[in-house]
Amino acid sequence: MAQLPDGDVAPLDGALPASVLANSSNKTLHAYLHIPFCRVRCGYCDFNTYTSSELRGVTQSSLLDDLLAEIRFSRQVLANAGLPKREFSTVFFGGGTPTQLSAAQLVEALSVLRYEIGIAAGAEITTEANPDNVDDAYLAELAAGGFTRISLGMQSAVDSVLKVLDRTHNPANVAKAVAAAKSAGLQVSVDLIYGAPGETVEQWRESLETAIALEPDHISAYSLIVEDGTKLARQIRGGDLRQPDEDEQAEKYELADELLSKAGFGWYEVSNFSRTPETRSAHNLAYWRSNDWWGYGPGAHSHIGGVRWWNVKHPATFAQKIADGVSPALAREVLSDETRITERILLEVRIKDGLAIEVVKTLNPEAAKPISQAIADGLIEADAALRGNLHLTLKGRLLADALVRDLLG
Amino acid sequence: MSPRATSRLEPAKTDPSMIRNFCIIAHIDHGKSTLADRMLQLTGVVDDRAMRAQYLDRMDIERERGITIKSQAVRMPWEVDKQVYALNMIDTPGHVDFTYEVSRSLAACEGAVLLVDAAQGIEAQTLANLYLAMENDLEIIPVLNKIDLPAAQPEKYAEELANLIGGNPEDCLRVSGKTGVGVDALLDKIVATIPHPVGDPNAPARAMIFDSVYDSYRGVVTYVRMIDGKLSPRERIQMMSTKAVHELLEIGVSSPEPEPTKGLGVGEVGYLITGVKDVRQSKVGDTVTNAMKPAADALTGYKDPLPMVYSGIYPIDGSDYPNLREALDKLKLSDAALAYEPETSVALGFGFRCGFLGLLHLEIVTERLEREFGLDLIATAPSVVYEVTMDDGKEITVTNPSEFPSGKVKTVLEPMVRATILAPKDYVGVIMELCQSRRGIMIDMQYLGEDRVQLRYTLPLAEIVFDFFDQLKSKTQGYGSLDYEEIGLAQGDLVKVDLLLQGEQVDAFSAIVHKDKAYAYGVMITGKLRELIPRQQFEVPIQAAIGARIIARESIRAMRKDVLAKCYGGDISRKRKLLEKQKEGKKRMKMVGRVEVPQEAFIAALSTDGEKKGEKKGK
Repeated sequence: MAQLPDGDVAPLDGALPASVLANSSNKTLHAYLHIPFCRVRCGYCDFNTYTSSELRGVTQSSLLDDLLAEIRFSRQVLANAGLPKREFSTVFFGGGTPTQLSAAQLVEALSVLRYEIGIAAGAEITTEANPDNVDDAYLAELAAGGFTRISLGMQSAVDSVLKVLDRTHNPANVAKAVAAAKSAGLQVSVDLIYGAPGETVEQWRESLETAIALEPDHISAYSLIVEDGTKLARQIRGGDLRQPDEDEQAEKYELADELLSKAGFGWYEVSNFSRTPETRSAHNLAYWRSNDWWGYGPGAHSHIGGVRWWNVKHPATFAQKIADGVSPALAREVLSDETRITERILLEVRIKDGLAIEVVKTLNPEAAKPISQAIADGLIEADAALRGNLHLTLKGRLLADALVRDLLG
Repeated sequence: MSPRATSRLEPAKTDPSMIRNFCIIAHIDHGKSTLADRMLQLTGVVDDRAMRAQYLDRMDIERERGITIKSQAVRMPWEVDKQVYALNMIDTPGHVDFTYEVSRSLAACEGAVLLVDAAQGIEAQTLANLYLAMENDLEIIPVLNKIDLPAAQPEKYAEELANLIGGNPEDCLRVSGKTGVGVDALLDKIVATIPHPVGDPNAPARAMIFDSVYDSYRGVVTYVRMIDGKLSPRERIQMMSTKAVHELLEIGVSSPEPEPTKGLGVGEVGYLITGVKDVRQSKVGDTVTNAMKPAADALTGYKDPLPMVYSGIYPIDGSDYPNLREALDKLKLSDAALAYEPETSVALGFGFRCGFLGLLHLEIVTERLEREFGLDLIATAPSVVYEVTMDDGKEITVTNPSEFPSGKVKTVLEPMVRATILAPKDYVGVIMELCQSRRGIMIDMQYLGEDRVQLRYTLPLAEIVFDFFDQLKSKTQGYGSLDYEEIGLAQGDLVKVDLLLQGEQVDAFSAIVHKDKAYAYGVMITGKLRELIPRQQFEVPIQAAIGARIIARESIRAMRKDVLAKCYGGDISRKRKLLEKQKEGKKRMKMVGRVEVPQEAFIAALSTDGEKKGEKKGK
């Protein structure tokens, strides 16, 4: 599956077509920075990340230099496209493990973003973090440098589940990191994964309850997806581990929804729950709402005004492109109007605010039929649909992709 | 040993007393084609350099399977005691599906070589054709082939043959088609024992068509055996069944390449070309006469080929439907027995309901469609023809189970066959069990030799078309052989079982089965589909029903989760392309009501039974 997008050739100077001007109006701008380092690779992970032995000479500091170079490059490309000046509404450092960089390095990258392009006042600035490599001082330094939020990779509270996932962090460090982040004035999100082979429903409940007890501002609950090419996929194929059962995954999602709602967390996107509307991840929502973002770093994906591109994956190849002074993009696609609407349906249906039925009808004039069927099947809320909006029910959230296929006819 | 003939007799002027017309009756793989090859070489009609294995089997399929579908005739010179004779070898189809064509080939001969593998003994099909030959009063020459094989047991099988046809085991010739041993003696014996043809040279011409082959360059090539009178080039001929008149563009003999002649006289065997493009205008069994001076009576024995087995044939890619039509139209030119008409199936889309002489015929046609026309096809489970009488007296002929009437049925007649099964005696028990489970009634059982047994059963044809032969082969470890002949219709306690998917009938899975087997069929087909149909967003009941009565039920649980957890790092393209791929897949789904069924599921459900049709190449 990882091979799906082929895309077109991306120009060496990164130049954007004139069509982005119209498509970027009313869109906010966001930044994603990819830090492709991990101490060890987790068995389920097919993300673009590398352990030190795989880096072919790329180091933390050389990567930082390359990121800073791409930031300067991006300013040029955005200006050349004739786009009006926009500051970043959110910034997100993801990985890999961004906290494999020092706090000072992360803050430096943020400073360059602010200097070159600008960051809006009150912007949400997040980094993902491994509970094992953040402490009071590290988090305080981030907060002082302008970060507002951390997203902790907790995944599970159960040792045996963490072991299947190859997670090496000490579960006790999660609580410490949450406390430290709070005292530093950072908002806290914790990431959970359900459906690891062998995980029972009760173990999942334990993870949820543990996460809730930490009183974070935000919880993401992702079902484990076994991706081709991962160690986990090989273990399952070889019969060492059991393939997660989709029905049980559904049951676990329903349990998450139940426990999180009771604890005051509301869903605002299929896999995301927040304590208040203010603590929703604005960065995350930007993706679902097809806003503009520049993804910096190896393998990062960008979207500006209906053009999507993605960078070369390996940090060393990325470094070479930067050294050559050319765009690090591997390929890109310029979306047609129809494709952009398809994506809107695909993405916006997942968020609580939903999607106007009118949007679906521009692509499928016969949409009334699948919509009435979806009401009958309990996938969308009837009253919202009567007012012209698609809002997923709990059942609908679990079948969102199937619903989209039906809506598109 | 007789020498190779130094001269040849001229066709059209050959005295009937110098002609010998014979065929070879043999089981698949008992070496008929190889023996024929040796005859061609020995008589010098094919020189050694031009010789290729199985010269007479023209179609690739025939050569690959080692079977002959269409017969041919070859004229060969042979000299005995300084006298040159003309031997016409008429190659007969070796399969039960083509019994009618076999009977016409036999009617063109005065004698038959009964060829039996010296390592295997006689098989059921051979026995059936032997029976037909004896009914036609043919002189039989028993021959054991493959005596060069280490496993050959000529004494044992000579005894077996002597028991069957009378005479002494010593009269049985022993040859090897492979090495050529004994072939000359066989040719001598053909001259010595097979009667020459007899006919009236002065009567109006009568020639019997025993084969009719479509050639894309020359149109239809008609093979005939002259009975009375004479046919000459350029004269006008008439087909006695249709009264159609054609001009005789070419007349000749095969030797084995076509050689035009000045005509054909009494007892001679050769070919006619009239320029017609469709074998239906030149039907096997029909009588050819002179249009100006026609014969009063046609030869007896002519029948229109009647399909015995029907199957729906569908292109896997629906856009291939026009190509399938074109391919069938072309095949029809060379296959008078192939019948078809358009048909629509909920499950499979547009296709054709095709009628065949039998399972092998079905298999050959589908294979030719796939191979020669590059089509990917799915064939529904073969079905026989039922004659249904309703309570109100209305009569309906059912060739497709989904068309079985739903009202008050008074009687259902189904075709019956007399099956002959040969096998080593150790397998009698399992064969009887199999036949009983297929509603068989034993007629008799007899020992052919010390350890081989012939069992005869009356069986419904429907039970045979449903994987009977595969079962027989597997239960007898390949030793059992089967032949059958139609014996008319009989009343059966039959019901139609329908398959319902979420309450919608799926026509491709309707089946007409015996009442006692309806439940088992229902359980089998519902279970199979439960495995093959993917889960939907809702529960899908799968039911088998007789009329309104549900006899088996399964259900596919509703899918509860179909959503990607996240789009990692904003990789929206990947998610969208995944959707596009899924949508593409959805287009290939067949909708049965609201249920999306991948065509592959239908194909898989049909092919487990439908794939093993008829007799594959012998063991």
